Amino acid sequence: MINLTDFLIVSAALFCVGVYMIVSKRNAIQILIGIELMLNAAILNLVAFGRYDKINNTGQVFALFAIVLAAATTAVALAIILNVYRRYKTIDPGEINKLRD
Amino acid sequence: MSIVQVLFYIMAFIVIGSALFVAATKNLVRSIFMFFITLFALAGLYVLALADFVAITQVVIYVGGILVLILFAFMLSGRETLSILQQQKSKLVNVGKSPALLLATLFFVVMIYVVLKTDADNLIWVKQSITNKTAIKPNDLVTDNIGINLMTRYLLPFEAISVLLMIALVGAAHLSRKEVKE
Repeated sequence: MINLTDFLIVSAALFCVGVYMIVSKRNAIQILIGIELMLNAAILNLVAFGRYDKINNTGQVFALFAIVLAAATTAVALAIILNVYRRYKTIDPGEINKLRD
Repeated sequence: MSIVQVLFYIMAFIVIGSALFVAATKNLVRSIFMFFITLFALAGLYVLALADFVAITQVVIYVGGILVLILFAFMLSGRETLSILQQQKSKLVNVGKSPALLLATLFFVVMIYVVLKTDADNLIWVKQSITNKTAIKPNDLVTDNIGINLMTRYLLPFEAISVLLMIALVGAAHLSRKEVKE
C-alpha cells in the first residue's frame, strides 16, 4: 500500500502551486484556478486519511461535500467575474478598486 | 516496488507537473486545458487511495462541470479579454513574481517539515484502525456504505449543502442577468 506521507507531500506541493498562482497572477480566472488547486489539495488529504475509516466514511463523505461546495463557489465566482468584466472591461484584480462607479 | 506504487508515482508526477505548467504558462486557454489533466490525474490518485466514488464524483463534477463552466465564462467574455490577457510581459524570469515564488517555496518547506514531523503512518488512530481491521482494503465495497452514511449519520450536513447549493444557484442566476434599464 501507499504511505500516507506520500499523499501528504503531493498535496502540500499542490497547495503551494495554488498559493503561488493566487499571489502572482493578474487575472481573476487564473486566481480562481489557483483556489481550485488548493481545494483539491485539501480534498486529497481528506481522501487519503479516509482510507482508515471504513465504518463512518467521514473523510470520503466530507470530500464529496467539499467537491460540491467547490462547484457552487465556482459558479458564483464566475458570475461575479463576468459582471466585473462588463463594468470595468478588465478582470485584473489590481485594477478593480471601487465597489460602485 | 509494486505496480500500485509505480502508478502512484506516475500519477503524482502528472499532477504536480501539470499544476506547475498551469502556474507557469502565459496562455490562459492552455492553462485551463492543463488544469483538466491535473483534475484527471487527481481522480487517479483518489482511486489509489481506495476512494472510487469520490474519484467518479471528481470526474463528473470537476471535469464535467467546473471546467466547462470556466471555459464557457472565458469564451463568452469576448475577444477583448483574450487580447488583454495575451499582452503580458513575456520575460523568462519575471522579477515581479519572485516574492510570490519565495512565499510559495518557503511555505512548501514548512509544510514538508510539518508532514515529516507528523509521521502520519505511525499516528495512534491509524495504527488502531489497522489492528481493528477498519482500514479499507482494495477489494472492499465502500460505495454502499457511503450511501447509507450519507442518509443517516451525515444527513444534517447533506441538507445544509443542498440549501447552500440552491442559494448559490439563485445567486449566480441573479448576478449574471442583464442589467435592466430604469
